[in-house]
Amino acid sequence: MVGLEHYLTVAAALFVIGIFGIFLNRKNIIIILMSIELMLLSVNINLVAFSSFLNDLVGQVFTMFILTVAAAEAAIGLAILVCFFRNRGTIDVEDVNVMKG
Amino acid sequence: MGIADITFYAFAVTLLGAAFLVTISRNPVHSVLWLILSFVSAAGMFVLLGAEFIAMLLIIVYVGAVAVLFLFVVMMLDVDFAALKGEMARYFPIAAIVGVVLLMQMALLLGSWQEAEGALALRQAPTPDLDEMHNTKALGMILYDQYFLLFQVAGLILLVAMIGAIVLTLRHRKDIKRQDVVAQMHRDPAKAMELKDVKPGQGLG
Repeated sequence: MVGLEHYLTVAAALFVIGIFGIFLNRKNIIIILMSIELMLLSVNINLVAFSSFLNDLVGQVFTMFILTVAAAEAAIGLAILVCFFRNRGTIDVEDVNVMKG
Repeated sequence: MGIADITFYAFAVTLLGAAFLVTISRNPVHSVLWLILSFVSAAGMFVLLGAEFIAMLLIIVYVGAVAVLFLFVVMMLDVDFAALKGEMARYFPIAAIVGVVLLMQMALLLGSWQEAEGALALRQAPTPDLDEMHNTKALGMILYDQYFLLFQVAGLILLVAMIGAIVLTLRHRKDIKRQDVVAQMHRDPAKAMELKDVKPGQGLG
């Protein structure tokens, strides 16, 4: 019988894969954005699993809000990326030093 | 092992495998396609959990919008991805160490985790019985009632994101001719055109 722990395990593994992707593709900002999407997805799996096993709908409502924020974040991130590529001709994270931060 | 368990394991394995391939693919277009597969299998898991509306939302929002956005950007930008991928082997050990440490920490947490005594009493919106209300209706009942303010704020976030993305990527090119509607509308025929009565054999001189 598949229980709550099974879903939590899958979500934890997905989150770790997301972190792994960020460290592995340190130069490629597109893959980093995709890894962040995977991490948000793992959080959503956690919320929906708890919502389903505790019979509480609030988890699913907050999943919707996370989905909204994730979509907005992807849109803004990719817009900044396109803007940056137009100005600098590269998307290498190490070249992002226009602001001298 | 019932059919639901087998489906869960199939979706879980597909999800984790596709997610891993997102991170290690050499071609970012393949990464986006693996990302789509992982979202679809996550949607399958949500259906298994009884959250049908969230599952469909995941497919519409992520596969229909976000993944296509990624695909657009990956194909639009002329980036030398081979050069970016070249140093992946150098980062592999540190990434593997961080991943394994994090996974062990989470395994420790999962081993000692237990539900609190009063957890069931603290529920904000207990799921109604499936016979009286289906998932989408039950979600709508609390989203448009209890969480109406948050719902409006979510809409505002999407609006700001949309305007921000348009402002960031909008570019006015100077070297092309464009239509100036205001100038066209304020144009006066009396000033734009002048009638001259040219006598035969004289010209305008």
